[in-house]
Amino acid sequence: MLVSIYRYNPDTDDKPFMQDVQVQLPEDKDLMVLDVLELAKQQDPSVVYRRSCREGVCGSDGMNINGNNGLACITPMSSAVKPGGKLVLRPLPGLPVIRDLVVDMSIFYKQYEKIKPYLINDTAPPAIERLQSPEDREKLDGLYECILCACCSTNCPSFWWNPDKFIGPAGLLQAYRFLADTRDTADVERLAGLDDPFSVFRCRGIMNCVAVCPKGLNPTRAIGHIRSMLIQQGT
Amino acid sequence: MVTNVTSLGRSGLYDWVIQRFSAIILAAYSLCILASFVMNPDMDFEKWSSIFEGNAMRFFSMITLLALCAHAWIGMWTISTDYMTSLQLGGSATFFRILFQAGCVLLIAVYLLWGIQIFWGN
Repeated sequence: MLVSIYRYNPDTDDKPFMQDVQVQLPEDKDLMVLDVLELAKQQDPSVVYRRSCREGVCGSDGMNINGNNGLACITPMSSAVKPGGKLVLRPLPGLPVIRDLVVDMSIFYKQYEKIKPYLINDTAPPAIERLQSPEDREKLDGLYECILCACCSTNCPSFWWNPDKFIGPAGLLQAYRFLADTRDTADVERLAGLDDPFSVFRCRGIMNCVAVCPKGLNPTRAIGHIRSMLIQQGT
Repeated sequence: MVTNVTSLGRSGLYDWVIQRFSAIILAAYSLCILASFVMNPDMDFEKWSSIFEGNAMRFFSMITLLALCAHAWIGMWTISTDYMTSLQLGGSATFFRILFQAGCVLLIAVYLLWGIQIFWGN
């Protein structure tokens, strides 16, 4: 199979280029994209990419696979490439490329930091722990599972246009995760920090984030809940 | 650098709500105009101008005109702050964006004043 890989080394290359590598795949196995990338790297060890857990938990190997963002380690070749087609791997779009498939995620983490991704509770802490009812705990399902792989935010045009101002779907999913947490007492402050024309309201609801999330999460729905909370607070 | 300075409400929530409310007004007005055509299959200029002679229709038209202006400004402001940033246009982005926004303000002002003249003039 032909694997086409985005290559760019700012120290030696004037501009990025696509490098084709021929890889021999076993016929009886549906390999993951990361496995194929490892085979390609055996042929050209200079290919650079991030990877760690190889089971969709660490979020390191987010990349653009045949036009769609995804985690290489849990994307089977059968779903990534049509029969007879070639595998095309590019870095996550919209972020500066450090080298090959490795991007600089500083601005992504900066947006995440903005939403204060930690529990804020100014009441006296109880002796052991802050308890939640099972019903309240259920409100966090579909929110806490985000692994910050950046597949959603880097597939969002609003994040491409204003990466320094629009929080992006990943950050907003986490923003709602703390707004929905009954143990958190900073709803008013959190919402005040989101009520500008960019942080939340640049979301146009095109749902690219939902389409590509490797964990099957729904940031658009979370953003809708944040809007509802802002409306309730503002009216 | 893209900022909120030229935003209508200076708040995402205000702009969002104004855009939705104005859209509802515009949709209602469009239906009203459509209905006037359906109810008057032999529409001519006399009938058309008599529709706008009543104060109720004049007020409705005026409110719609204001809604159109607000709706247009929020939309054009959003477009300019999405596509005319330093990421796309480099260091001259602010100049081109403000030029574009000034052009939009001028056009919207002309629409508004012209509309007032049409609906309330002699």
